Amino acid sequence: MAKMFLSNFILGAADPLVDWELFWSSIGPMVGGGIKNTIPLTLFAFTFGLILALLTALARLSGNKILSGIARVYVSAIRGTPLLVQLFIVFYGLPDLGITLEPFPSAVIAFSLNVGAYASEILRASILSVPKGQWEAGYTIGMTYPQTLRRIIIPQATRVSIPPLSNSFISLVKDTSLASQILVIELFRKSQEIAARTYDFLQLYITAAILYWIVCFVLSLVQGRIEKKLDRYVAK
Amino acid sequence: MQIQVKNLHKSFGDLDVLRGIDLDVPKGSVVAIIGPSGSGKTTFLRCLNALEMPNQGLYQFSDGFKLDFSKQPKKNEILKLRRKSGMVFQSYNLFPHKTALENVMEGPVIVQGLKKEEVREKAVFLLEKVGLGEKMHLHPHQLSGGQQQRVGIARALAIQPELMLFDEPTSALDPELVGEVLSVMRELAKEGQTMVVVTHELKFAEEVADHVMFIDGGVVVEQGPPKEILKAPKEARTKQFLDRVLNPS
Ligand SMILES: Nc1ncnc2c1ncn2[C@@H]1O[C@H](COP(=O)(O)OP(=O)(O)O)[C@@H](O)[C@H]1O
Ligand SMILES: [Mg+2]
Repeated sequence: MAKMFLSNFILGAADPLVDWELFWSSIGPMVGGGIKNTIPLTLFAFTFGLILALLTALARLSGNKILSGIARVYVSAIRGTPLLVQLFIVFYGLPDLGITLEPFPSAVIAFSLNVGAYASEILRASILSVPKGQWEAGYTIGMTYPQTLRRIIIPQATRVSIPPLSNSFISLVKDTSLASQILVIELFRKSQEIAARTYDFLQLYITAAILYWIVCFVLSLVQGRIEKKLDRYVAK
Repeated sequence: MQIQVKNLHKSFGDLDVLRGIDLDVPKGSVVAIIGPSGSGKTTFLRCLNALEMPNQGLYQFSDGFKLDFSKQPKKNEILKLRRKSGMVFQSYNLFPHKTALENVMEGPVIVQGLKKEEVREKAVFLLEKVGLGEKMHLHPHQLSGGQQQRVGIARALAIQPELMLFDEPTSALDPELVGEVLSVMRELAKEGQTMVVVTHELKFAEEVADHVMFIDGGVVVEQGPPKEILKAPKEARTKQFLDRVLNPS
């Protein structure tokens, strides 16, 4: 085994640049890990995270001292600690309290909490960016706070929040690779597993990187299109 | 009296902006409020719609609905007050993500819970009335200032308010667009809509108002029929103000 490692390391330069056989046999499992875990993890975490973010943003804007205090501490705690540590607390730490979760739900929880905190700041800023006159116009035709929020403010805030939320989404896709550390068999974990067998680290990790890049590139194209579409009708 | 306001006070921190304002508006009449910038005109109108909460004062409608601002009014009282009055803002404040028609329909559909088809017909009627029947499917950013303000008026009228409040509705407009908005307001006055109008358009006030109030420093300095106040004011401060409005620079 040491010999194999050596030959690979020292003689690597003499090998063909890309081991195509390995490429074709590794890409399937990696894409599989992406479809089975990376993408669902991203979608679940972003959906739950956004719901949490909206509640947190509203709590902070509510003027209720207790609610906004809780929201503030939550955001501060999540933003002030590493994501990897948060993942470890949920997966390796909670069992000490008798709460044992599978890797995937653990990852969904940790990532949702993370998205919830960061996106709440985005939503709060977008809601605050809607001119005060829009609230007042809603109130003067007799609308309540929730009616005005839902019908008048959120639609305008959404348009403002699309660019920063798209950035969060794209970051999330990449960050899910950290779930490999709590045994979620996602794209990067797959590449690690194959690399552990074949020792072809460089090629496998670059393949993984390219796969992430492709996904993020496509997403950034989608982002551009959405932004163009929503550019109109924003209150000045 | 359609509405009666007694001894209305409002301060922001240490700043006493309104210091005991009384207002009586008979049904179907138009009251014009004039006064220098910073005298509290906007604050007064906003108090009448509870966009600002007065510190003190009584507000009474002819149907017996009554608010005493020395106590914090309940949420549903505030909603009720707002449904009785329509507000037209200096800066229009139309909903930019909705068409002119949707802007007008929003109140009746969401607030009054009426059926969309029913409301639609009335909203189209209102937009035609303010001369925008052809533009009803456009968004605010596709309309001129004067057109936006006319949509603003239609939107406020859509909830069938007993009282319409106008806060300098033409002062953000280019001069050539002022007339179209004033003529809509003149029409409303003729139909017997009760209105309180803050304005610098003295000619309009003279023609349309039944009563003119001059406010300065948060108090009513002088009030009466337009001919008296605008042509033969008694108070020096009124004279000075009128002189400055009529002969700018
Ligand atoms: N929300 C507020 N907070 C503090 N001061 C205010 C506020 N709104 C108005 N004011 C002050 O109240 C005074 C009257 O303002 P305003 O009612 O807008 O006058 P006008 O409409 O007659 O020009 C001004 O001195 C203004 O600075
Ligand atoms: Mg004003």
